Amino acid sequence: MKLSGEEVKHLALLVRLGLSQAEVERFREQLSDILGAFEVLRQVDTSDVPPTAQSIALENVMRDDEPAPSLPVDQVLANAPSQEEGFFRVRAVLE
Amino acid sequence: MDISGLTIHEASELLRRREISSLDLTRAALERIARLEGKLHALVTISEDMALQQANQADDRLKRGEATPLTGVPAVIKDNMCTKGVRTTCSSKMLANFVPPYDATVVERLKAGGMVMVGKGNMDEFAMGSSTEHSAFFPTHNPWDLSRVPGGSSGGSAVAVAADEAVYSLGSDTGGSIRQPAGFCSVVGLKPTYGRVSRYGLVAFASSLDQIGPLTKDVTDCALVMNAIAGHDPRDSTSLPYPVPDYTRWLVPDLRGLRLGVPREYFVEGMQRGVEEAIRAAVAKLEELGAEVDWAVSLPYTTYSLAAYYIIAPSEASANLARYDGVKYGFSAQEAENMWDAMEKTKQGGFGPEVKRRIMLGTYALSAGYYDAYYLKAQKVRTLIRRDFDQAFEKFDAVITPTSPTVPFRIGEKVADPLQMYLSDVCTLPINIAGVPALSVPAGFADGLPVGMQVIGKPLGEEVLLRIAFAYEQATDWHKKKPEL
Repeated sequence: MKLSGEEVKHLALLVRLGLSQAEVERFREQLSDILGAFEVLRQVDTSDVPPTAQSIALENVMRDDEPAPSLPVDQVLANAPSQEEGFFRVRAVLE
Repeated sequence: MDISGLTIHEASELLRRREISSLDLTRAALERIARLEGKLHALVTISEDMALQQANQADDRLKRGEATPLTGVPAVIKDNMCTKGVRTTCSSKMLANFVPPYDATVVERLKAGGMVMVGKGNMDEFAMGSSTEHSAFFPTHNPWDLSRVPGGSSGGSAVAVAADEAVYSLGSDTGGSIRQPAGFCSVVGLKPTYGRVSRYGLVAFASSLDQIGPLTKDVTDCALVMNAIAGHDPRDSTSLPYPVPDYTRWLVPDLRGLRLGVPREYFVEGMQRGVEEAIRAAVAKLEELGAEVDWAVSLPYTTYSLAAYYIIAPSEASANLARYDGVKYGFSAQEAENMWDAMEKTKQGGFGPEVKRRIMLGTYALSAGYYDAYYLKAQKVRTLIRRDFDQAFEKFDAVITPTSPTVPFRIGEKVADPLQMYLSDVCTLPINIAGVPALSVPAGFADGLPVGMQVIGKPLGEEVLLRIAFAYEQATDWHKKKPEL
Protein backbone atom coordinates (compact mmCIF):
# COMPACT_ATOMS: atom_id res chain seq x y z
CA MET A 1 0.00 0.00 0.00
CA LYS A 2 1.80 3.10 -1.21
CA LEU A 3 0.07 6.47 -1.17
CA SER A 4 1.11 9.20 -3.57
CA GLY A 5 1.60 12.82 -2.58
CA GLU A 6 -1.46 13.70 -4.70
CA GLU A 7 -3.61 11.23 -2.73
CA VAL A 8 -2.44 12.74 0.56
CA LYS A 9 -3.31 16.23 -0.69
CA HIS A 10 -6.74 15.01 -1.87
CA LEU A 11 -7.51 13.56 1.60
CA ALA A 12 -6.43 16.79 3.26
CA LEU A 13 -8.74 18.73 0.95
CA LEU A 14 -11.69 16.47 1.87
CA VAL A 15 -11.34 17.51 5.54
CA ARG A 16 -10.02 21.03 4.83
CA LEU A 17 -6.80 20.34 6.70
CA GLY A 18 -3.93 22.54 5.58
CA LEU A 19 -0.61 20.66 5.23
CA SER A 20 2.91 21.89 4.49
CA GLN A 21 4.93 20.11 1.79
CA ALA A 22 7.00 18.48 4.57
CA GLU A 23 3.82 17.20 6.25
CA VAL A 24 2.53 15.80 2.94
CA GLU A 25 5.76 13.86 2.53
CA ARG A 26 5.82 12.62 6.14
CA PHE A 27 2.16 11.53 6.09
CA ARG A 28 2.67 9.85 2.71
CA GLU A 29 5.28 7.57 4.28
CA GLN A 30 3.62 7.06 7.66
CA LEU A 31 0.10 6.47 6.35
CA SER A 32 1.46 4.03 3.76
CA ASP A 33 3.13 2.03 6.57
CA ILE A 34 0.05 2.09 8.79
CA LEU A 35 -2.33 1.14 5.98
CA GLY A 36 0.09 -1.66 5.09
CA ALA A 37 -0.30 -3.05 8.60
CA PHE A 38 -4.10 -3.07 8.13
CA GLU A 39 -3.76 -5.54 5.22
CA VAL A 40 -3.96 -8.28 7.87
CA LEU A 41 -7.76 -7.78 7.96
CA ARG A 42 -8.01 -9.25 4.47
CA GLN A 43 -7.25 -12.67 6.00
CA VAL A 44 -10.51 -12.60 7.98
CA ASP A 45 -13.56 -14.17 6.34
CA THR A 46 -16.40 -11.75 7.10
CA SER A 47 -18.78 -12.84 4.33
CA ASP A 48 -21.70 -13.63 6.66
CA VAL A 49 -20.80 -11.24 9.46
CA PRO A 50 -22.91 -8.13 10.13
CA PRO A 51 -21.05 -4.92 11.03
CA THR A 52 -21.06 -3.55 14.58
CA ALA A 53 -21.32 0.24 14.85
CA GLN A 54 -21.64 0.37 18.64
CA SER A 55 -21.54 -2.15 21.44
CA ILE A 56 -24.76 -1.54 23.39
CA ALA A 57 -28.20 -2.91 22.68
CA LEU A 58 -29.97 0.46 22.79
CA GLU A 59 -31.59 1.58 19.56
CA ASN A 60 -33.29 4.83 18.57
CA VAL A 61 -33.43 6.39 22.02
CA MET A 62 -36.27 8.91 21.94
CA ARG A 63 -37.28 11.67 24.32
CA ASP A 64 -40.20 14.09 24.59
CA ASP A 65 -39.59 17.41 22.91
CA GLU A 66 -39.96 19.59 25.98
CA PRO A 67 -38.69 23.16 26.17
CA ALA A 68 -35.97 23.66 28.78
CA PRO A 69 -33.69 26.57 29.65
CA SER A 70 -30.56 26.87 27.53
CA LEU A 71 -27.36 28.85 27.98
CA PRO A 72 -27.59 32.64 27.71
CA VAL A 73 -26.30 34.06 24.40
CA ASP A 74 -23.38 35.90 26.00
CA GLN A 75 -22.07 32.65 27.51
CA VAL A 76 -22.47 30.81 24.23
CA LEU A 77 -20.53 33.54 22.43
CA ALA A 78 -17.91 33.96 25.15
CA ASN A 79 -15.43 31.66 23.38
CA ALA A 80 -16.12 32.94 19.85
CA PRO A 81 -13.02 34.17 18.00
CA SER A 82 -15.17 36.85 16.38
CA GLN A 83 -18.71 38.06 17.13
CA GLU A 84 -21.05 40.89 16.24
CA GLU A 85 -24.43 41.91 17.65
CA GLY A 86 -25.07 38.58 19.35
CA PHE A 87 -23.97 36.45 16.39
CA PHE A 88 -20.88 34.48 15.41
CA ARG A 89 -19.05 36.53 12.80
CA VAL A 90 -17.82 34.46 9.84
CA ARG A 91 -16.02 35.19 6.59
CA ALA A 92 -18.01 35.62 3.41
CA VAL A 93 -19.14 32.23 2.08
CA LEU A 94 -19.73 33.57 -1.45
CA GLU A 95 -17.34 36.16 -2.78
CA MET B 1 1.34 12.04 59.43
CA ASP B 2 1.55 13.00 55.74
CA ILE B 3 -2.09 13.30 54.83
CA SER B 4 -1.44 13.71 51.08
CA GLY B 5 -0.93 9.95 50.86
CA LEU B 6 -4.38 9.04 52.19
CA THR B 7 -6.92 7.12 50.14
CA ILE B 8 -10.50 8.38 49.77
CA HIS B 9 -11.84 5.97 52.37
CA GLU B 10 -9.08 6.80 54.86
CA ALA B 11 -9.46 10.57 54.34
CA SER B 12 -13.22 10.37 54.47
CA GLU B 13 -13.11 8.59 57.83
CA LEU B 14 -10.76 11.21 59.32
CA LEU B 15 -12.90 14.04 57.90
CA ARG B 16 -16.04 12.53 59.33
CA ARG B 17 -14.43 12.23 62.77
CA ARG B 18 -13.23 15.86 62.38
CA GLU B 19 -9.60 14.79 62.96
CA ILE B 20 -8.61 16.65 59.80
CA SER B 21 -10.41 19.26 57.73
CA SER B 22 -10.88 19.40 53.98
CA LEU B 23 -8.79 22.57 54.07
CA ASP B 24 -5.88 20.60 55.62
CA LEU B 25 -6.23 17.91 52.98
CA THR B 26 -6.50 20.41 50.14
CA ARG B 27 -3.49 22.42 51.34
CA ALA B 28 -1.48 19.20 51.59
CA ALA B 29 -2.37 18.36 47.98
CA LEU B 30 -1.55 21.89 46.79
CA GLU B 31 1.81 21.79 48.60
CA ARG B 32 2.59 18.48 46.97
CA ILE B 33 1.68 20.00 43.58
CA ALA B 34 3.88 23.04 44.23
CA ARG B 35 6.80 20.80 45.17
CA LEU B 36 6.50 18.19 42.42
CA GLU B 37 5.00 19.76 39.30
CA GLY B 38 8.40 21.03 38.16
CA LYS B 39 9.46 17.39 37.79
CA LEU B 40 6.23 15.66 36.81
CA HIS B 41 4.18 18.09 34.68
CA ALA B 42 0.98 16.16 35.39
CA LEU B 43 -1.31 19.20 35.37
CA VAL B 44 -2.28 21.60 32.60
CA THR B 45 -4.12 23.90 35.02
CA ILE B 46 -3.87 24.17 38.81
CA SER B 47 -7.19 25.44 40.20
CA GLU B 48 -5.94 26.55 43.62
CA ASP B 49 -8.49 29.31 44.38
CA MET B 50 -11.42 27.15 43.39
CA ALA B 51 -10.03 24.22 45.41
CA LEU B 52 -9.70 26.30 48.59
CA GLN B 53 -13.22 27.64 48.15
CA GLN B 54 -14.61 24.13 47.60
CA ALA B 55 -12.67 22.90 50.65
CA ASN B 56 -14.32 25.55 52.84
CA GLN B 57 -17.73 24.59 51.51
CA ALA B 58 -16.94 20.93 52.15
CA ASP B 59 -15.94 21.67 55.72
CA ASP B 60 -19.28 23.41 56.27
CA ARG B 61 -21.06 20.43 54.82
CA LEU B 62 -19.08 18.04 57.00
CA LYS B 63 -20.07 20.09 60.05
CA ARG B 64 -23.71 19.79 59.04
CA GLY B 65 -23.29 16.01 58.79
CA GLU B 66 -24.37 15.96 55.14
CA ALA B 67 -21.17 14.55 53.68
CA THR B 68 -20.71 11.81 51.09
CA PRO B 69 -17.54 9.66 51.03
CA LEU B 70 -16.10 12.08 48.44
CA THR B 71 -16.88 15.32 50.30
CA GLY B 72 -13.80 17.45 50.77
CA VAL B 73 -11.46 15.06 48.97
CA PRO B 74 -9.04 16.58 46.39
CA ALA B 75 -9.33 15.34 42.82
CA VAL B 76 -7.87 15.92 39.36
CA ILE B 77 -10.05 15.86 36.24
CA LYS B 78 -8.59 14.95 32.85
CA ASP B 79 -8.47 18.03 30.68
CA ASN B 80 -10.98 16.72 28.13
CA MET B 81 -13.94 16.96 30.53
CA CYS B 82 -15.72 20.30 30.61
CA THR B 83 -15.37 22.25 33.85
CA LYS B 84 -17.47 25.40 34.06
CA GLY B 85 -15.25 28.45 34.32
CA VAL B 86 -11.99 26.43 34.27
CA ARG B 87 -10.28 26.11 30.89
CA THR B 88 -10.54 22.73 29.23
CA THR B 89 -7.79 22.37 26.66
CA CYS B 90 -7.62 18.69 25.63
CA SER B 91 -3.88 19.48 25.77
CA SER B 92 -4.32 21.04 22.34
CA LYS B 93 -3.42 24.41 20.92
CA MET B 94 -6.89 24.25 19.36
CA LEU B 95 -8.58 24.60 22.77
CA ALA B 96 -5.78 26.31 24.72
CA ASN B 97 -8.10 29.18 25.74
CA PHE B 98 -11.44 27.38 25.80
CA VAL B 99 -13.42 28.02 28.99
CA PRO B 100 -16.57 25.86 29.04
CA PRO B 101 -19.86 27.49 30.01
CA TYR B 102 -21.07 24.25 31.62
CA ASP B 103 -19.89 21.17 33.55
CA ALA B 104 -19.67 17.65 32.15
CA THR B 105 -22.17 15.34 33.86
CA VAL B 106 -19.38 13.53 35.75
CA VAL B 107 -18.04 16.84 37.04
CA GLU B 108 -21.53 17.96 38.02
CA ARG B 109 -22.03 14.70 39.94
CA LEU B 110 -18.68 14.91 41.72
CA LYS B 111 -19.34 18.54 42.64
CA ALA B 112 -22.73 17.53 44.03
CA GLY B 113 -20.83 14.96 46.13
CA GLY B 114 -18.49 17.64 47.47
CA MET B 115 -15.39 17.32 45.25
CA VAL B 116 -12.44 19.63 45.69
CA MET B 117 -10.86 20.03 42.24
CA VAL B 118 -7.15 20.87 42.46
CA GLY B 119 -6.38 20.74 38.74
CA LYS B 120 -6.84 19.45 35.21
CA GLY B 121 -4.78 16.46 34.07
CA ASN B 122 -2.37 16.61 31.14
CA MET B 123 -3.06 14.17 28.29
CA ASP B 124 -2.17 13.25 24.76
CA GLU B 125 -3.82 15.84 22.53
CA PHE B 126 -7.53 15.00 22.13
CA ALA B 127 -6.76 11.71 23.98
CA MET B 128 -4.85 10.35 20.98
CA GLY B 129 -1.75 8.62 22.23
CA SER B 130 -0.23 6.20 24.71
CA SER B 131 2.48 8.24 26.43
CA THR B 132 1.22 11.82 27.08
CA GLU B 133 4.08 12.95 24.81
CA HIS B 134 1.48 14.16 22.30
CA SER B 135 0.35 16.93 24.67
CA ALA B 136 0.76 20.24 22.86
CA PHE B 137 2.11 21.77 26.08
CA PHE B 138 4.63 19.37 27.68
CA PRO B 139 5.17 15.66 28.27
CA THR B 140 4.29 14.22 31.70
CA HIS B 141 6.95 12.21 33.52
CA ASN B 142 6.53 8.85 35.25
CA PRO B 143 7.02 9.24 39.04
CA TRP B 144 8.73 5.82 39.24
CA ASP B 145 11.42 6.94 36.77
CA LEU B 146 11.36 10.50 35.52
CA SER B 147 13.03 9.55 32.23
CA ARG B 148 10.05 7.36 31.33
CA VAL B 149 6.51 8.00 30.10
CA PRO B 150 3.51 7.63 32.43
CA GLY B 151 1.46 6.04 29.65
CA GLY B 152 -1.46 7.78 28.03
CA SER B 153 -3.62 9.32 27.15
CA SER B 154 -4.72 9.97 30.78
CA GLY B 155 -1.06 10.27 31.88
CA GLY B 156 -1.56 13.41 33.97
CA SER B 157 -4.52 11.89 35.83
CA ALA B 158 -2.52 8.72 36.63
CA VAL B 159 0.60 10.60 37.77
CA ALA B 160 -1.36 13.02 39.96
CA VAL B 161 -2.73 10.04 41.92
CA ALA B 162 0.51 8.02 41.98
CA ALA B 163 2.45 11.06 43.24
CA ASP B 164 -0.18 12.09 45.84
CA GLU B 165 -0.94 15.40 44.13
CA ALA B 166 -4.59 14.35 44.39
CA VAL B 167 -6.44 11.54 46.14
CA TYR B 168 -8.22 10.38 42.98
CA SER B 169 -8.78 11.44 39.40
CA LEU B 170 -10.96 10.87 36.37
CA GLY B 171 -9.62 9.67 33.05
CA SER B 172 -11.17 8.69 29.76
CA ASP B 173 -10.46 5.47 27.89
CA THR B 174 -10.97 4.96 24.15
CA GLY B 175 -8.40 2.19 23.60
CA GLY B 176 -6.67 1.86 26.97
CA SER B 177 -6.20 5.48 28.04
CA ILE B 178 -7.19 4.84 31.68
CA ARG B 179 -5.83 1.32 32.13
CA GLN B 180 -2.44 1.64 30.43
CA PRO B 181 -1.34 4.72 32.45
CA ALA B 182 -2.81 3.14 35.61
CA GLY B 183 -0.60 0.10 34.95
CA PHE B 184 2.45 2.25 34.14
CA CYS B 185 2.05 4.32 37.35
CA SER B 186 0.93 1.53 39.73
CA VAL B 187 -2.57 2.81 40.49
CA VAL B 188 -6.03 1.32 39.97
CA GLY B 189 -7.85 2.34 36.77
CA LEU B 190 -11.29 1.21 35.57
CA LYS B 191 -12.84 1.56 32.15
CA PRO B 192 -16.53 0.89 32.78
CA THR B 193 -18.92 -0.78 30.34
CA TYR B 194 -19.67 1.48 27.36
CA GLY B 195 -22.68 3.55 28.47
CA ARG B 196 -22.28 2.98 32.23
CA VAL B 197 -20.97 6.53 32.77
CA SER B 198 -22.34 9.56 30.93
CA ARG B 199 -20.13 11.12 28.23
CA TYR B 200 -22.01 14.44 28.25
CA GLY B 201 -19.36 17.16 28.41
CA LEU B 202 -16.50 14.82 27.48
CA VAL B 203 -14.81 16.22 24.37
CA ALA B 204 -15.52 13.55 21.76
CA PHE B 205 -12.71 11.48 20.23
CA ALA B 206 -14.28 8.19 19.04
CA SER B 207 -17.88 8.19 20.19
CA SER B 208 -18.57 4.45 20.02
CA LEU B 209 -15.47 3.69 22.14
CA ASP B 210 -14.99 6.61 24.59
CA GLN B 211 -15.79 5.98 28.25
CA ILE B 212 -14.97 7.89 31.47
CA GLY B 213 -13.68 6.12 34.57
CA PRO B 214 -11.75 6.52 37.87
CA LEU B 215 -8.02 6.34 38.66
CA THR B 216 -7.48 5.67 42.36
CA LYS B 217 -4.94 4.52 44.97
CA ASP B 218 -6.84 1.35 45.75
CA VAL B 219 -9.85 -0.74 44.74
CA THR B 220 -12.16 0.50 47.51
CA ASP B 221 -11.67 4.05 46.23
CA CYS B 222 -12.46 2.90 42.69
CA ALA B 223 -15.80 1.54 43.94
CA LEU B 224 -16.53 4.80 45.79
CA VAL B 225 -15.91 6.96 42.70
CA MET B 226 -18.00 4.63 40.56
CA ASN B 227 -20.87 4.97 43.04
CA ALA B 228 -20.75 8.72 42.42
CA ILE B 229 -20.36 8.87 38.62
CA ALA B 230 -22.18 5.82 37.20
CA GLY B 231 -25.77 5.84 35.98
CA HIS B 232 -28.15 7.04 33.33
CA ASP B 233 -28.04 10.62 32.04
CA PRO B 234 -30.84 11.90 29.81
CA ARG B 235 -28.28 14.19 28.13
CA ASP B 236 -26.29 11.20 26.81
CA SER B 237 -28.58 8.95 24.78
CA THR B 238 -25.94 6.19 24.81
CA SER B 239 -25.87 6.05 28.61
CA LEU B 240 -27.48 2.87 29.91
CA PRO B 241 -30.86 3.22 31.70
CA TYR B 242 -30.12 0.58 34.34
CA PRO B 243 -29.85 0.96 38.13
CA VAL B 244 -26.40 1.34 39.68
CA PRO B 245 -25.44 -1.06 42.48
CA ASP B 246 -23.48 -0.03 45.57
CA TYR B 247 -20.11 -1.19 44.26
CA THR B 248 -18.53 -1.29 47.73
CA ARG B 249 -20.77 -4.23 48.69
CA TRP B 250 -18.78 -6.47 46.36
CA LEU B 251 -15.43 -5.93 48.05
CA VAL B 252 -14.86 -9.31 49.71
CA PRO B 253 -11.43 -10.89 50.10
CA ASP B 254 -12.37 -14.26 48.67
CA LEU B 255 -12.65 -15.61 45.14
CA ARG B 256 -14.28 -18.99 45.73
CA GLY B 257 -16.77 -19.93 43.07
CA LEU B 258 -15.29 -17.64 40.40
CA ARG B 259 -14.09 -19.00 37.08
CA LEU B 260 -11.25 -17.11 35.36
CA GLY B 261 -9.73 -17.52 31.91
CA VAL B 262 -6.24 -16.53 30.76
CA PRO B 263 -6.19 -16.03 26.97
CA ARG B 264 -2.94 -17.02 25.27
CA GLU B 265 -3.25 -14.38 22.52
CA TYR B 266 -2.51 -11.65 25.07
CA PHE B 267 0.95 -12.99 25.77
CA VAL B 268 2.13 -11.43 22.55
CA GLU B 269 5.42 -11.46 20.72
CA GLY B 270 7.56 -8.69 22.13
CA MET B 271 6.10 -9.02 25.63
CA GLN B 272 8.76 -8.40 28.26
CA ARG B 273 9.67 -11.43 30.32
CA GLY B 274 9.36 -9.53 33.63
CA VAL B 275 5.80 -8.51 32.74
CA GLU B 276 4.81 -12.05 31.82
CA GLU B 277 6.31 -13.43 35.04
CA ALA B 278 4.53 -10.84 37.18
CA ILE B 279 1.16 -11.59 35.57
CA ARG B 280 1.56 -15.38 35.83
CA ALA B 281 2.43 -14.96 39.53
CA ALA B 282 -0.61 -12.68 40.00
CA VAL B 283 -2.94 -15.23 38.39
CA ALA B 284 -1.46 -17.95 40.61
CA LYS B 285 -2.35 -15.72 43.57
CA LEU B 286 -5.95 -15.49 42.31
CA GLU B 287 -6.01 -19.29 42.17
CA GLU B 288 -4.73 -19.43 45.75
CA LEU B 289 -7.58 -17.11 46.77
CA GLY B 290 -10.09 -19.70 45.56
CA ALA B 291 -10.68 -18.89 41.87
CA GLU B 292 -10.74 -21.68 39.31
CA VAL B 293 -8.33 -20.76 36.49
CA ASP B 294 -8.20 -22.03 32.91
CA TRP B 295 -4.73 -21.08 31.63
CA ALA B 296 -5.32 -22.00 27.99
CA VAL B 297 -8.25 -19.95 26.75
CA SER B 298 -8.29 -18.70 23.17
CA LEU B 299 -9.80 -15.45 21.89
CA PRO B 300 -8.76 -16.00 18.27
CA TYR B 301 -9.76 -12.64 16.79
CA THR B 302 -7.61 -10.70 19.29
CA THR B 303 -4.81 -10.42 16.73
CA TYR B 304 -7.03 -8.32 14.44
CA SER B 305 -7.97 -5.83 17.15
CA LEU B 306 -5.14 -3.41 16.49
CA ALA B 307 -5.98 -3.01 12.79
CA ALA B 308 -9.72 -2.81 13.44
CA TYR B 309 -9.23 -0.24 16.20
CA TYR B 310 -6.93 2.00 14.18
CA ILE B 311 -9.52 2.12 11.42
CA ILE B 312 -12.63 2.61 13.57
CA ALA B 313 -11.24 5.14 16.10
CA PRO B 314 -9.63 7.49 13.53
CA SER B 315 -12.74 7.28 11.33
CA GLU B 316 -14.94 8.46 14.18
CA ALA B 317 -12.31 11.04 15.16
CA SER B 318 -12.17 12.49 11.65
CA ALA B 319 -15.91 13.15 11.87
CA ASN B 320 -15.85 14.45 15.47
CA LEU B 321 -12.94 16.82 14.89
CA ALA B 322 -14.54 18.42 11.83
CA ARG B 323 -16.27 20.81 14.26
CA TYR B 324 -13.05 22.76 14.91
CA ASP B 325 -13.57 25.28 12.16
CA GLY B 326 -12.37 28.40 13.99
CA VAL B 327 -15.87 29.94 14.14
CA LYS B 328 -17.63 29.01 17.38
CA TYR B 329 -14.70 28.51 19.76
CA GLY B 330 -11.07 27.52 19.77
CA PHE B 331 -8.04 28.56 17.76
CA SER B 332 -8.87 30.57 14.65
CA ALA B 333 -6.35 31.50 11.97
CA GLN B 334 -6.72 35.20 11.26
CA GLU B 335 -4.39 35.63 8.29
CA ALA B 336 -6.29 33.97 5.48
CA GLU B 337 -7.43 34.75 1.93
CA ASN B 338 -10.99 33.44 2.24
CA MET B 339 -13.28 31.11 4.22
CA TRP B 340 -11.76 27.83 2.98
CA ASP B 341 -8.24 29.08 3.48
CA ALA B 342 -9.12 30.17 7.04
CA MET B 343 -10.54 26.75 7.82
CA GLU B 344 -7.48 24.95 6.45
CA LYS B 345 -5.08 27.20 8.32
CA THR B 346 -7.10 26.89 11.55
CA LYS B 347 -6.77 23.11 11.50
CA GLN B 348 -3.16 23.23 10.36
CA GLY B 349 -2.18 25.57 13.19
CA GLY B 350 -4.50 24.19 15.89
CA PHE B 351 -3.87 20.44 15.65
CA GLY B 352 -0.62 18.60 16.45
CA PRO B 353 0.96 15.82 14.37
CA GLU B 354 -0.80 12.77 15.91
CA VAL B 355 -4.23 14.38 15.63
CA LYS B 356 -3.58 15.29 11.99
CA ARG B 357 -2.33 11.76 11.32
CA ARG B 358 -5.51 10.22 12.72
CA ILE B 359 -7.79 12.65 10.90
CA MET B 360 -6.04 11.71 7.64
CA LEU B 361 -6.21 7.99 8.43
CA GLY B 362 -9.91 8.16 9.26
CA THR B 363 -10.68 10.23 6.21
CA TYR B 364 -8.95 7.65 4.06
CA ALA B 365 -10.89 4.75 5.63
CA LEU B 366 -14.20 6.56 5.07
CA SER B 367 -13.50 7.92 1.60
CA ALA B 368 -15.17 6.78 -1.61
CA GLY B 369 -13.65 3.57 -2.91
CA TYR B 370 -12.07 2.57 0.41
CA TYR B 371 -15.08 2.53 2.75
CA ASP B 372 -15.94 -1.16 2.19
CA ALA B 373 -12.37 -2.39 2.31
CA TYR B 374 -11.47 -0.49 5.49
CA TYR B 375 -14.29 0.94 7.61
CA LEU B 376 -16.97 -1.64 6.87
CA LYS B 377 -14.45 -4.48 7.07
CA ALA B 378 -13.24 -3.22 10.46
CA GLN B 379 -16.84 -3.03 11.74
CA LYS B 380 -17.39 -6.66 10.71
CA VAL B 381 -14.21 -7.73 12.45
CA ARG B 382 -15.52 -5.79 15.45
CA THR B 383 -18.48 -8.18 15.52
CA LEU B 384 -16.12 -11.17 15.58
CA ILE B 385 -14.04 -9.69 18.42
CA ARG B 386 -17.24 -9.12 20.43
CA ARG B 387 -18.32 -12.71 19.80
CA ASP B 388 -14.98 -13.94 21.16
CA PHE B 389 -15.77 -12.21 24.45
CA ASP B 390 -19.43 -13.33 24.45
CA GLN B 391 -18.27 -16.93 24.12
CA ALA B 392 -15.57 -16.56 26.79
CA PHE B 393 -18.11 -15.14 29.24
CA GLU B 394 -20.37 -18.17 28.80
CA LYS B 395 -17.63 -20.10 30.61
CA PHE B 396 -15.81 -17.50 32.70
CA ASP B 397 -16.69 -14.73 35.14
CA ALA B 398 -13.65 -12.73 34.07
CA VAL B 399 -10.65 -12.86 31.76
CA ILE B 400 -7.18 -11.96 33.07
CA THR B 401 -4.36 -10.45 30.96
CA PRO B 402 -1.44 -8.07 31.32
CA THR B 403 -2.50 -4.42 30.94
CA SER B 404 0.49 -3.70 28.69
CA PRO B 405 3.13 -5.89 27.05
CA THR B 406 5.96 -3.80 28.52
CA VAL B 407 6.91 -1.67 31.50
CA PRO B 408 6.90 2.13 30.93
CA PHE B 409 9.16 3.03 28.00
CA ARG B 410 11.55 5.96 27.77
CA ILE B 411 10.38 9.43 26.80
CA GLY B 412 11.23 9.82 23.12
CA GLU B 413 11.57 6.08 22.48
CA LYS B 414 8.44 5.58 20.36
CA VAL B 415 7.19 9.04 19.52
CA ALA B 416 8.70 9.11 16.03
CA ASP B 417 7.27 5.70 15.07
CA PRO B 418 3.44 5.77 15.21
CA LEU B 419 3.04 2.02 14.63
CA GLN B 420 5.33 1.14 17.56
CA MET B 421 3.36 3.54 19.75
CA TYR B 422 0.06 1.96 18.65
CA LEU B 423 1.38 -1.50 19.63
CA SER B 424 1.66 -0.44 23.28
CA ASP B 425 -2.17 -0.58 23.45
CA VAL B 426 -2.40 -4.09 22.03
CA CYS B 427 -3.80 -5.61 25.26
CA THR B 428 -6.31 -2.87 26.00
CA LEU B 429 -7.97 -1.98 22.69
CA PRO B 430 -9.98 -5.18 22.17
CA ILE B 431 -11.94 -4.28 25.31
CA ASN B 432 -13.18 -0.95 23.88
CA ILE B 433 -14.02 -2.64 20.60
CA ALA B 434 -16.21 -5.11 22.50
CA GLY B 435 -17.57 -2.41 24.86
CA VAL B 436 -17.00 -4.55 27.97
CA PRO B 437 -15.55 -3.26 31.28
CA ALA B 438 -11.94 -3.80 32.34
CA LEU B 439 -9.76 -2.70 35.21
CA SER B 440 -6.00 -2.45 35.77
CA VAL B 441 -4.72 -3.25 39.25
CA PRO B 442 -1.08 -2.99 40.43
CA ALA B 443 0.52 -6.44 40.08
CA GLY B 444 4.12 -5.84 41.05
CA PHE B 445 7.27 -4.57 39.40
CA ALA B 446 9.70 -5.68 36.72
CA ASP B 447 13.16 -4.11 36.97
CA GLY B 448 11.73 -1.63 39.48
CA LEU B 449 8.98 -0.45 37.11
CA PRO B 450 5.24 -1.02 37.59
CA VAL B 451 3.28 -3.87 35.99
CA GLY B 452 -0.53 -3.81 35.75
CA MET B 453 -2.89 -6.79 35.64
CA GLN B 454 -5.98 -6.31 33.49
CA VAL B 455 -9.24 -7.91 34.65
CA ILE B 456 -11.92 -7.98 31.92
CA GLY B 457 -15.60 -8.62 32.63
CA LYS B 458 -19.05 -9.04 31.13
CA PRO B 459 -21.08 -5.99 30.14
CA LEU B 460 -22.19 -4.30 33.39
CA GLY B 461 -20.02 -6.74 35.35
CA GLU B 462 -17.95 -4.05 37.11
CA GLU B 463 -18.81 -5.57 40.50
CA VAL B 464 -17.03 -8.80 39.66
CA LEU B 465 -13.91 -6.94 38.48
CA LEU B 466 -13.83 -4.95 41.71
CA ARG B 467 -14.25 -8.11 43.77
CA ILE B 468 -11.34 -9.85 42.00
CA ALA B 469 -9.09 -6.79 42.20
CA PHE B 470 -9.98 -6.22 45.85
CA ALA B 471 -9.20 -9.78 46.89
CA TYR B 472 -5.89 -9.61 45.02
CA GLU B 473 -5.03 -6.24 46.54
CA GLN B 474 -5.77 -7.46 50.08
CA ALA B 475 -3.45 -10.43 49.52
CA THR B 476 -0.59 -8.30 48.18
CA ASP B 477 0.88 -4.93 49.12
CA TRP B 478 1.77 -3.50 45.68
CA HIS B 479 -0.74 -0.69 46.11
CA LYS B 480 1.05 0.51 49.24
CA LYS B 481 4.38 1.03 47.45
CA LYS B 482 5.07 4.68 46.64
CA PRO B 483 7.56 6.22 44.22
CA GLU B 484 10.45 8.14 45.85
CA LEU B 485 10.10 11.76 44.86
